[in-house]
Amino acid sequence: MSQPFRRAAGGRIDRSRTLTFHFEGRAYEAHPGDTLSSALLANGVRVVARGPYTGRPRGTYGIGAEEPNAFVQVDSGPGEPMVRATQLEVYDGLVARSLAGKGSLGEEPDDSRYDKTWAHCDVLVVGAGPAGLAAAHAAGVTGARVILADERPEPGGDLLGGRAHLDGRPAMDWVTDLRARLAGLPEVRVLPRTTVTGAYDGNFLVAVQRRTEHLGPAAPAHVARQRLWHIRAGQVVLATGAHERPILFPDNDRPGVMLAAAAAGYAWRYGVLPGRRAVVAGAHDGALWAAVDLVDAGVELAAVLDARHLAGGQAHRALRDRGVVVAAGHGVVGTDADADGVLTAAWVAPVDGDGQARRIACDLLATSGGWNPAVHLYSQAGGRPRWSDDHAAFVPGDPLPAVACVGAAAGTFDLADALAEGAEAGWQAAAATHGGGGEEPLPPATDSVASAGAPAACWITARADSPPETIFVDLQRDATLRDVRRAVGAGMRASEHVKRFTTAGTAADQGRTTGVTTVGVLAGLLGLPVGAVGTTTYRPPYAPISFALLAGRDRGRLLDPERRTPMHERHEADGAVFENVGQWKRPWYYPAPGEDLDQAVLRECRAAREGVAMMDVSTLGKIDLRGPDVGEFLDRVYTNRFSTLRVGQCRYGVMCRADGMVFDDGVTARLAPDRYHMTTTTGNAAAVLDWLDEWLQTEWPDLRVSATSVTDQWAAVAVVGPGSREVLRRLAPSLDVSAEAFPFLTVRDATVAGIPARVFRISFTGELSYEINVPAWYGLALWDAVAEAGRPAGITPYGTETMHVLRAEKGFIVAGQDTDGTVTPHDAGLGWAVSTVKPFIGGRSLARPDTARNDRKRLVGLLPADPSVVLAEGAQLVVDADAPTPVPMLGHVTSSYRSAALGRSFALALVAGGLTHRGETLQAVDGGQAHPVVVTEPVFYDAEGARRDG
Amino acid sequence: MLSVPCPWCGPRDETEFRYGGQAHVAYPADPAACSDAEWAGYLFMRDNPKGWFAERWFHSAGCRRWFNAVRHTVTYEFAAVYAPFTQPPGVPS
Amino acid sequence: MADLLAQRRSPLAHLAGELAATGFMRELPYLSSYEVRADPAEPAMARLGAALFAGPLLAAAWPTAGRAVGTGPRYALWCGPGWYLVVDEPGTTLESAMAGLPAVDVSAARTVLELTGPFARDVLAHGCAIDLHPRAFGPGSCAQTHLAKAQVILHQTATATYRVFVRASYADYLARWLLDAAVEYVRRIDE
Repeated sequence: MSQPFRRAAGGRIDRSRTLTFHFEGRAYEAHPGDTLSSALLANGVRVVARGPYTGRPRGTYGIGAEEPNAFVQVDSGPGEPMVRATQLEVYDGLVARSLAGKGSLGEEPDDSRYDKTWAHCDVLVVGAGPAGLAAAHAAGVTGARVILADERPEPGGDLLGGRAHLDGRPAMDWVTDLRARLAGLPEVRVLPRTTVTGAYDGNFLVAVQRRTEHLGPAAPAHVARQRLWHIRAGQVVLATGAHERPILFPDNDRPGVMLAAAAAGYAWRYGVLPGRRAVVAGAHDGALWAAVDLVDAGVELAAVLDARHLAGGQAHRALRDRGVVVAAGHGVVGTDADADGVLTAAWVAPVDGDGQARRIACDLLATSGGWNPAVHLYSQAGGRPRWSDDHAAFVPGDPLPAVACVGAAAGTFDLADALAEGAEAGWQAAAATHGGGGEEPLPPATDSVASAGAPAACWITARADSPPETIFVDLQRDATLRDVRRAVGAGMRASEHVKRFTTAGTAADQGRTTGVTTVGVLAGLLGLPVGAVGTTTYRPPYAPISFALLAGRDRGRLLDPERRTPMHERHEADGAVFENVGQWKRPWYYPAPGEDLDQAVLRECRAAREGVAMMDVSTLGKIDLRGPDVGEFLDRVYTNRFSTLRVGQCRYGVMCRADGMVFDDGVTARLAPDRYHMTTTTGNAAAVLDWLDEWLQTEWPDLRVSATSVTDQWAAVAVVGPGSREVLRRLAPSLDVSAEAFPFLTVRDATVAGIPARVFRISFTGELSYEINVPAWYGLALWDAVAEAGRPAGITPYGTETMHVLRAEKGFIVAGQDTDGTVTPHDAGLGWAVSTVKPFIGGRSLARPDTARNDRKRLVGLLPADPSVVLAEGAQLVVDADAPTPVPMLGHVTSSYRSAALGRSFALALVAGGLTHRGETLQAVDGGQAHPVVVTEPVFYDAEGARRDG
Repeated sequence: MLSVPCPWCGPRDETEFRYGGQAHVAYPADPAACSDAEWAGYLFMRDNPKGWFAERWFHSAGCRRWFNAVRHTVTYEFAAVYAPFTQPPGVPS
Repeated sequence: MADLLAQRRSPLAHLAGELAATGFMRELPYLSSYEVRADPAEPAMARLGAALFAGPLLAAAWPTAGRAVGTGPRYALWCGPGWYLVVDEPGTTLESAMAGLPAVDVSAARTVLELTGPFARDVLAHGCAIDLHPRAFGPGSCAQTHLAKAQVILHQTATATYRVFVRASYADYLARWLLDAAVEYVRRIDE
């Protein structure tokens, strides 16, 4: 018979439709509204998972996020490891299997969509149980912007399928009404299937919304499967409810042992009998009410045990009316199981002394030691839970600004009180942020319930001789009482230490059911009050978040922005291989058919040195500086002087941080008396602009200077090589390109290829070269025009690798490659660019004893003894690689290439003592191999600078 | 995620800002006149209190203005923001 | 001149078709724009304000923090204290009006993506941390902020119309990001 444990009626399931799912290779039936746990229970499947270390069979234990046992691997759809069966909504075609502790990621890439969104609200209400619904409604009617997030598929919390009455009607009628009212409030957003996983500074909360998983194969591919919400809330109302905790006893891990309210919940919310004959064991009224619910659902009650010595109260009367007598002062001291490990009986005995144990046959053992308020988000937000004897639980301690805890999350377990508390908190939160308005809604009327008495802090019921390794304090970690005793025996006192020693509370369920129980057990062993031991710290995330969701759409091509120059598509068409330079995509080299990197670079270098070549230099940082004081300002930020620069001239400059270390370098031109055009290293453009703004705003606001980034305004093409003048002449017939009229380190406005352009005669290669700048939207046209004009001369496009070879041959450094924040201008061989007259940022540091040392690491050139060896950048330099360790290290290789012009390899390096080692042979160690290298001047080509005029 | 109250743009996420360290550490008017110890003090030494701290922030992705803030280094609460070159308003006790 | 203009290529020309297919996104290429950095109280700024925005309703006032002002296609966006982006139709030259002021032509530095329609705000919220709710941000609001991982200037020009100013080098990334974020909404329009 299908679904033998399904009740004849009731539950929030759609019995008109039947779904088929597979578990452990067998097909079963379920109804929409079922979770995998409820569906397995309906089909009489008790074993859902296994203990990770013991291999012992485990069954569904809870009914929601607190579940420690029933984790499964989902194989249908994109597949997912470690899914709680208690929260996994069954869909037609679901395929799942049991797990022992951990799942595995699928082999196939998950092509589902995941996204993120940001949201702002006046009031965020977490949890749509009675208190949360009342809070959201009270806040919403004021017109405040409200978000109500709840992890379940539908609001209602513990009212779902429950039997409470509100305003004289079934409570779910009230929920339905309230949902309709919330739907009518345009500023209220209800997020179902949404778990708030973290509370961070400034009421910033993160939530995971499961949007289409429950649809299974019917999920539309264009809709994101999950969404990560980043919520900034004015006020937060935490109505997160409470987690039921068990009482521990020997063999408390058998399938069939279940939390009592969870068991009752299956009966009424899902219409499933969690067993046919039950023993209920508790230490608070809630356990007794669960027993009432079970017997009313048709479960035979074999025994109801209460660890407290209490009689009277409404729950006792209700049970007596049903012919059930509560065994006060009794608990469970053991269980029996069949060959499959499934529960067959409970052993029951008085909790005081070692009275005779009695065996009671049962297939359900429903245990409940009380409720732990879900203080996780309160704690994450900075709150410190405190122990309350009245609640026998940790409850929120001191209130937090702009955060309210209501209902069971605050230890308010009475329905009427929780509703009133929620409504008041929602109302107050809206008043605090939105200003309030309208009339405060009254919470619905409830039946008052007289309690039998306060809950007891009862952690374990066992006999003195019960083996401690059978009493599980953490089902998902297979941690037992023996482990806790060992921790104490090893001298541990703090719950944080015991947690790490035993691993109890560290699994995917984060010890929701038994974390506090572990603390209670520890307190008992130490002879301390529970409050003195205290809880462990709750940290985000409250529930696991998949990496795919954290990535959202920031993956693949969108992982990090790809900055492109206007010529990008032409580089692609020309077959360029690209290199990442910061976020820029820059052509690295342009291989001709059959060429590798080395061959292409040798060819490109030769073209630049012997003919003509072109490069896209649009990525260079560019800053427009205006104002009467720019010259003075530049004198302060550069090590050399710029105020004396004449209009139309350019100068190379070096910038230091205040500590005297090289920060950036580049060429800056004076375009007008009050206007300069600064260039920066590609990767440093934003940092330099920040640097300039910092000094202008925080130190020298009297200087009249404004700095504007124009990096993206200008596209630029460098035309390089002896043939470059001829190419420019063709492109700009009205420009006098002679060396006399357009000398080195000057700038001219000109029309180039019909485009208004700014042409700089500067060189990063040592060759005659021009950098033609045009407004970016002409960049592609300029590139094509240069290529066309250079075609007769065989103009060759080149990439960053060739650029590096050419500049390194000339000993030109790259800030950030040949310097690393510990290198002064003098160290880098740039002393010629350092003024000894004027003050500049970092100047004072150059006179510090440490920066004036002679044995500082300084820039040198290296020639490997074997000219075919290209040293690894980063290789360490030593005198003798075979010296006893630690081998004194003199420095390291910063740039290393193969040179077409030299016909051999070469390198730049930073070496202690610098050129005092000139002519010496050192060893460059890379990957265990030592290469002899000779120290030279760091200029390898055209040291006299004869080539820059062509 | 801190919400940093930019005096110009209002509260914005921390990711739009750059942190600038302790406020009211002025660049010496005449660095050359500083002793090595004084200069090292300017370069390297900063307070690191537990509690209220006057510090600099730069709204780099927004209005690109530097400003000062009084922030609590334990609770991360901002008590005040104020312009460079002005003194911090009263600090909460 | 026509020859010259024909040589231009906008940063999102290659995605025009995909943007159009969404039904609510497009590039507004080649807008003229200038960054002006000056105290609005300076006489030259007052004169410029009058020259650009003179009108019976708009008394040459430069926008206050977080706001944009404009007449017709011409807007001034507040970028920071004493810092404005003046935007106008493609091809408009404002150099002479701005003479004597620190004004930098940045027309080619950015392009503009315009989103319009009922889903524009939701699409932006997928990558924008600032509050775009009408109570916090409405027509005439502007902000420099992040959208996805790009720095942008966001300008709401009408009830459901937003302009996103993005640097030319980031435009391809941001447009592809927005196209991806728009997928759900495009389908909803089709349905």
